[in-house]
Amino acid sequence: MTNIPIDWLYGLGGGLMIGLAAAMFLLINGRIMGASGILGGMVDGSGRANLSERAAFVAGTIGAPALIAIFANAPSTNVTGNIAVLIIGGVVVGIGTRMANGCTSGHGVCGISRFSQRGIVATLIYLLFGGLVMLVLRHGLGVI
Amino acid sequence: MRLLFSLLSGSVFGIGLLISGMTDTTKVQGWLDVFGAWDPTLAFVLGGAIIPMAIAWQLTKSRTTAVLGTPIPTPVDPVLDRRLIVGSALFGIGWALSGFCPGPALASLSYGGLGGLIFMAALLVGMYIEPRLSFGTPTPDAA
Repeated sequence: MTNIPIDWLYGLGGGLMIGLAAAMFLLINGRIMGASGILGGMVDGSGRANLSERAAFVAGTIGAPALIAIFANAPSTNVTGNIAVLIIGGVVVGIGTRMANGCTSGHGVCGISRFSQRGIVATLIYLLFGGLVMLVLRHGLGVI
Repeated sequence: MRLLFSLLSGSVFGIGLLISGMTDTTKVQGWLDVFGAWDPTLAFVLGGAIIPMAIAWQLTKSRTTAVLGTPIPTPVDPVLDRRLIVGSALFGIGWALSGFCPGPALASLSYGGLGGLIFMAALLVGMYIEPRLSFGTPTPDAA
């Protein structure tokens, strides 16, 4: 056990909780737990029919970690101070996830777990392009 | 009841994201940095998340409705269209640039400082304008 970095164990434990949340949302509420879909439906009006259910989910996603942050030390997000990068990144993630109808939770977790072709293809593509951005902007240009 | 369990699912999701390291943008960028100092943590996160959900999908095979009466979403015929490809590519680019995807950006909103708030505002703008950019109609993943 001593050879396994503690981060990997936290990753696995946190991952199991993410999967448990997705399983509960499917089996109890009958909904797909996709963060971009839940949030996007609130923003663009397409999710008006179950707005309160979406809002309750988002309240939990924001609120539960907020409670932890009050009583314990929340981990740093180590987010960049480059505001232009944050704005471009945010807008592009917003457009891309709505266009593809899913992000890491929807296509990644919920899609791959049922061997969805779209989920697997989406995940491979966003990993590929994410990797290319790191290659070009970190190792090529040294920007991020 | 529906709202209570929605809140509960969201809470477990948020805490899982916090514990897993997904809200640490440097870990996300480290995971995507395959050609540099690669950090495999996110493989454990994704692997851990897929296990309970794969079991959940198996459990849905013997029933048509969820516990609270909603029909279980059924997969539709897979369509690998331009929206999926281009959208996922854009998402990957923005994910690497910022280190944030939508779930962790929500989970860290309370403790992520000004940078997290700016990302969230930009994310919501992107989500709002996408249907208005005439990229075509959304392709469903389940009905």
